Amino acid sequence: MPAIQLVRLRKTFGRDGHDSHQVVAVDDVDLEIAEGEFFSLLGPSGSGKTTVLRMIAGFELPTGGAVLLGGQDVTRAAPYDRDVNTVFQDYALFPHLTVQQNVEYGLKVKGIGRAERRQRAAEMLESVRLGSFGKRKPHEMSGGQRQRVALARALVNKPKVLLLDEPLGALDLKLREEMQVELKTIQREVGITFVFVTHDQGEALSMSSRIAVFNHGRIEQVGTPREIYDHPQTSFVAGFVGTSNVLDPTTSARVLGVEATHSVRPERIRLVAVGGAGARVDDGEVSVDGIVVDVQYLGAECRVRVQLDDSPAHLLASVPSDGLAGVSPGGPVRLAWSRRAAFTVTATDLDEHSADHLGADFQQGGDEQ
Amino acid sequence: MRLSLPARAALCLITIATLLFLYLPLVVVARLSFNPAKSVAWPGWSGYTTDWWSKAWESDAPREALLNSCKVALVATVIALVLGTLAAMAMTRFGFFGKDVVSFLLVLPIALPGIVTGIALQNTFSRTIDLGLFSFKVGFGFHSLVIAHATFCVVVAYNNVVARLRRSSPNLLEASADLGAHGSQTFRYITFPLVRSAMLAGGILAFALSFDEIVVTTFTAGSGFETLPQWILANFSRPQNVPLVNVMATFVMIVSIPLAWLAQRLSDGGDGGDGGAGR
Ligand SMILES: Nc1ncnc2c1ncn2[C@@H]1O[C@H](COP(=O)(O)OP(=O)(O)O)[C@@H](O)[C@H]1O
Ligand SMILES: [Mg+2]
Repeated sequence: MPAIQLVRLRKTFGRDGHDSHQVVAVDDVDLEIAEGEFFSLLGPSGSGKTTVLRMIAGFELPTGGAVLLGGQDVTRAAPYDRDVNTVFQDYALFPHLTVQQNVEYGLKVKGIGRAERRQRAAEMLESVRLGSFGKRKPHEMSGGQRQRVALARALVNKPKVLLLDEPLGALDLKLREEMQVELKTIQREVGITFVFVTHDQGEALSMSSRIAVFNHGRIEQVGTPREIYDHPQTSFVAGFVGTSNVLDPTTSARVLGVEATHSVRPERIRLVAVGGAGARVDDGEVSVDGIVVDVQYLGAECRVRVQLDDSPAHLLASVPSDGLAGVSPGGPVRLAWSRRAAFTVTATDLDEHSADHLGADFQQGGDEQ
Repeated sequence: MRLSLPARAALCLITIATLLFLYLPLVVVARLSFNPAKSVAWPGWSGYTTDWWSKAWESDAPREALLNSCKVALVATVIALVLGTLAAMAMTRFGFFGKDVVSFLLVLPIALPGIVTGIALQNTFSRTIDLGLFSFKVGFGFHSLVIAHATFCVVVAYNNVVARLRRSSPNLLEASADLGAHGSQTFRYITFPLVRSAMLAGGILAFALSFDEIVVTTFTAGSGFETLPQWILANFSRPQNVPLVNVMATFVMIVSIPLAWLAQRLSDGGDGGDGGAGR
């Protein structure tokens, strides 16, 4: 039985009866999350991730559809009647209580005796490496420590599901990477289902067992990190997760002979001929000629942006830095890639900031590796 | 920042002058309450006596006036705290159409000139209000004063609590419910402790405001009920009672200084917001 089922879940904000003022935050979302999963909700800001999380927690009443936890319909149940705990983005620690009291809170309101809750809270604090901080007030802790207090406060209740809303968003890069590893370890140890909201595709890819990619309140694709990265089903996913070249149907027809939107990862494209001579393309490969627009040096590899001949489209190729002799802006170049590296995607709404796509264009994920 | 010596000396002098300007009259009144002579010619003091204090203690009128003021202020403050706190919680928790207007209406009474409030309330209280099913008249006395004072005391309570609630994370109540607390538990363990010190600070200010209110009081007290400010105003022009007025003024001053200090501490530090408890 899935830990969480969302059935045609829908949420609109704004006054009833005034369609023009309504915001559709979550648009008929269907989703099943299995027990013990580390499941990420990934999407740009405003795509409805938090709203989904808040409906699972019970802070927001859905406009339509249902939320099932362990097979039970809890759509209208109060937050305190759900076996779910939340780690808030701003941690929401109680400022007037000590760290120890914060962690004890859930046990206290459920009527568990003083001695037992003391001990369980102390053990929990120990396991997030805050054993000696129990007497402090939240404002006397650093951001990373508060984050772990919030985690301990939720986990001490042994919920079936833990919801985390961009819990690492406020931390600096180094701390964030440490916490990613730590969170993953904790999740494996306690075996609780984690639902993790993030807009950072690198974070989602590295931590999750499965990912749902959100866009404008809808799920574009659900799958393992590998499936999402290697086989994005829509142009949005291709562009948001990692970097992708998206070829529109016209360009695809010319280059690939198929009239449909296609996506190719830059690292799957190679430079086969520089200067127009000796172009040799393997069987099962397609090739296209163009002019180098610019070369971006990234250390081990370079990003070469190529303007295709007879087309306004640009393609981005990721190539090893040592294979770049003779490549310079303005020079002709031939690009080739395996037919299997290009796959059809459904064209979906792109985000506003990348909406100026020409015949073909590349999009970059928020935070690629 | 480093200042030149003359600049520092000037600042020092200005500060001293300001403090003198503010506090010298208070010292004079306090000193006069121990002055044997009734004369108000200044500095007509000679010697020292506690006669006026014992006389004030023995006479009924000022004592009763003081007691009346305290009772009105206390009841008005309690009403104001209950209503102001509930209003503050509603205003920070829910969004609704016309919220800005309601927020403005809630704080308006404190900005309205007392004379306007006074006349309006006087008019209302003196009339028979006919609601069809039944009719009533508020009349004048202790209860009308309490109602009148509560109108502006609510503002102080509301402002203090709203400021505290706005400073704390809106997620706290949700976090509490998320951890399994029912509404009453959340109120008891989270909401109330968060706003407690703000309520106390607001309560002290409301009490002080009600205690020395004279304009609205004049319109709404009626004839059988006298507060301390009214008594002082009435006796201030009778030479034989001036020393008693000095005693009462000094007494009120002594009582209010620690309260003002407490209110100040509670409203800017408090046990709520982040960083407050460290002080
Ligand atoms: N309480 C609310 N009132 C009105 N609109 C809201 C509210 N909460 C969220 N929204 C809107 O719903 C959409 C989705 O928001 P959210 O779920 O917070 O997105 P995300 O967490 O993915 O950034 C946004 O357009 C946001 O403006
Ligand atoms: Mg969000």
